[in-house]
Amino acid sequence: MLYFSKWKIWGIIAVCVAAILFTIPNFLSKATLSGLPGWVPQRQINLGLDLRGGSYLLLEIDTAAVIRDRLDTATDAARTALRTANIGYTELAGADRSVTVHLRDAGQADAALTALGDIGSRTAAGQPEFKVDSAADGKITLTLTDASLTDRIGKAVEQSIEIVRRRIDETGVNEPQIARQGADRILVQLPGVQDPDRIKRLLGQTAKMTFRLLDPNGDAVGGKAPPGSEILQGYARAGTNGAAPRYVVRRKVEVDGADLTDARAATNSQSAEWVVSFEFNSSGARRFAQVTQQNVGRPFAIVLDDKVLSAPVIREPITGGRGQISGNFTAQSANDLAVLLRAGALPAPLQVIEERSVGPDLGADSIRAGILSCLVGLVLVATYMIIGYGIFGLFADLAVIVNLFMTLAALSLLQATLTLPGIAGILLMLGMSVDANILINERIREETRRGRTPFAAMEAGFKRAFSTILDSNLTTLIKMIILFLLGSGTVKGFAVTISLGIIISLFTATVLVRLMMVTWLRRRRPAMLPV
Amino acid sequence: MYYVRLVPDDTHIPFMRGRYAGLITSAVLSIASIILFFYPGLNYGTDFRGGIAIEIRTPGPADFPALRGDLGQLNMGQVQLQQFGSTRDVLIRVERQAGDDTAQQKAADVVKQNLAEKFPGTEVRGVEAVGASVSDELFRNGMTALGLAILAMLAYISFRFEWQFGLGAVITLVLDVTKTVGFFAVTGMQFNLTAVAAILTIMGYSINDKVVVYDRVRENLRVYKKMALRELIDLSINETLNRTLGTSLATFLATIPLAIFGGEALQEFALVMLFGIVIGTSSSIFIAAPILLFLGEHKLRRGQTREAPAPVAPAAGKGT
Repeated sequence: MLYFSKWKIWGIIAVCVAAILFTIPNFLSKATLSGLPGWVPQRQINLGLDLRGGSYLLLEIDTAAVIRDRLDTATDAARTALRTANIGYTELAGADRSVTVHLRDAGQADAALTALGDIGSRTAAGQPEFKVDSAADGKITLTLTDASLTDRIGKAVEQSIEIVRRRIDETGVNEPQIARQGADRILVQLPGVQDPDRIKRLLGQTAKMTFRLLDPNGDAVGGKAPPGSEILQGYARAGTNGAAPRYVVRRKVEVDGADLTDARAATNSQSAEWVVSFEFNSSGARRFAQVTQQNVGRPFAIVLDDKVLSAPVIREPITGGRGQISGNFTAQSANDLAVLLRAGALPAPLQVIEERSVGPDLGADSIRAGILSCLVGLVLVATYMIIGYGIFGLFADLAVIVNLFMTLAALSLLQATLTLPGIAGILLMLGMSVDANILINERIREETRRGRTPFAAMEAGFKRAFSTILDSNLTTLIKMIILFLLGSGTVKGFAVTISLGIIISLFTATVLVRLMMVTWLRRRRPAMLPV
Repeated sequence: MYYVRLVPDDTHIPFMRGRYAGLITSAVLSIASIILFFYPGLNYGTDFRGGIAIEIRTPGPADFPALRGDLGQLNMGQVQLQQFGSTRDVLIRVERQAGDDTAQQKAADVVKQNLAEKFPGTEVRGVEAVGASVSDELFRNGMTALGLAILAMLAYISFRFEWQFGLGAVITLVLDVTKTVGFFAVTGMQFNLTAVAAILTIMGYSINDKVVVYDRVRENLRVYKKMALRELIDLSINETLNRTLGTSLATFLATIPLAIFGGEALQEFALVMLFGIVIGTSSSIFIAAPILLFLGEHKLRRGQTREAPAPVAPAAGKGT
């Protein structure tokens, strides 16, 4: 155990030097780094949001809305299919997770089943989207299967991530991280954003915009809408101090916001009001031209998320595919709406269910506190080791410092995130790492007192202490893996640094220290070991 | 050469004589902790209870009565104010608002707006708002982590040692953890994810300590085939005393700076760790060893034949 071959010694030294080399980028600024030649390691440790400042938002997609949307379209499709097939029915409705319909004539069940067979799509695995049940009394139930629901929600989440990314990119945040979490959640990390209010506002809107006609037959005040129309709220005008107006709006969507290619905030040259000007793509422009041509003199509604933004009267056909929305905007709200329209609508509403924001000052304070604690901790532990074990304690201290460098190097290489609890982990790891050397030194001391020669005592010390060291490191490692799997956010960082430190300490506290001690022993050849 | 020793090398302290005292004290403390856990209960942090925590820095020394009065009339239920660090730093904690997950968001906005209006110049340094579904999940995961960790330890120690060791270590671990929970109840420190991390670390630490003593017991079982278990355990504890105390002191020293400089977030973590190190170290001697004595009195001595014969006879004889 005490013999080290030449290549092994060089190997150990090379590992230590490499560790220091890979740690260097963390002490240099990004600008200095990019100026250095390419062979210099470039990777830096990712600082967690709690250290660099920023916002962490956990969003949850409204799965009920996703299901409701799907059932609505399926109900429409069923209506069309039954009408085309000339099958009489009552009570067609979508609720919970299924669409139900009662046939007037239970004898037409087979024909109805054939007609309804096409309305569902297929899941990714090729299974039908709906499970079809038919009862003897002519009641047919189409139920969304679990697999198709998972599929659909998964797709909605993927789409939402894309839209969320576009919206956040529009705000100019640097390096946002957007990732799916679990079945129906999206994790958004915004470095450097202290007050995420604007982003929360932008993400809190579905931004589904539609252009529809007003229904002249309804009674908005009385709350009665003819079939095919609905009553929607508008926004109270500034200065009028009155209640928000209500409109009777046709359900039929003439032009969809998805057909927009551009939207910008602008000021109207005449009224100096803030407006949002928009531009349609070619098919949208064609539809818009057609609708405005046919409805000159009538009002139409621009509806955003089930609220009427404005309801202007069409004065002349709009054929250029461009238009303006005026809706009592401020510069900020006009800009926000333009961003939302450019980025597109979310497939379903998102809710912020968890927020953690840390200002950059607080983060900097934490870094300072962490570094100070680490330095003081290192000095205390190092002093204790030297007082207790002399030169062997000093070797252990050197090993701990190498361990610190190697942990930082590993964090840089793995691009792991260092959090405030992670710094606490580094400190604890310092203590645990010298624990191994205390066990070894105590054992060597014991063997020496039993009358063994220095070489024999050292050999026995390392050999006997090793299983204890391995046991204690493995038990801690098991706990940290559990914590990493079940913990969340910054606590994961704690598990990461301790785990890395423990694994590295198996090298530094045993192999590296052994090399130092053996080298020292060969040079000095003391009659008694100084422990 | 002469170095400072924590305890002299040749101690012969009859620890097992105090085995009943140790176990009874530990049991009483743990039972008291369990009672405290239910009444008055723990101060659950935002992670586990949901709600809002806002960290602010006021332009001058914080005016607590004014802040309390102002936030109290927002009708948000229980509002806690806590000073930390300087006199200008205040942590505002508001209990979970009724309603869905977005209710926390809205409430946090109201508090921030209110602060901006009534206490101009106040800097909001950090915000946490956690909805019920998230906090429930975090709590469940935290408890699962603790449960899994205990099971994993039982399995690991039983695998590496005889089952008596495994059971002894895990009973001690449970006693340690209950006392740590009691520490949270008595001090009113926040019980959150960081607290779970602290408890897991203490568990790891405590087990490490047990492994040192148990390793020696196992070794001595092979060396001193005729010695009574009680005597043998005493011998093993005395032999490893410098190790048990030394490793604890090293970790203790590493943790102290965190308790002093660590700031609001890490201070509590560090204090719990310090408490846990003391508990974990003392329980190795006063709890884990006696339990091993009770569980193994007749059984462990019989198992010796299947072990390999003693590898090394001690050169200096009994009592080194």
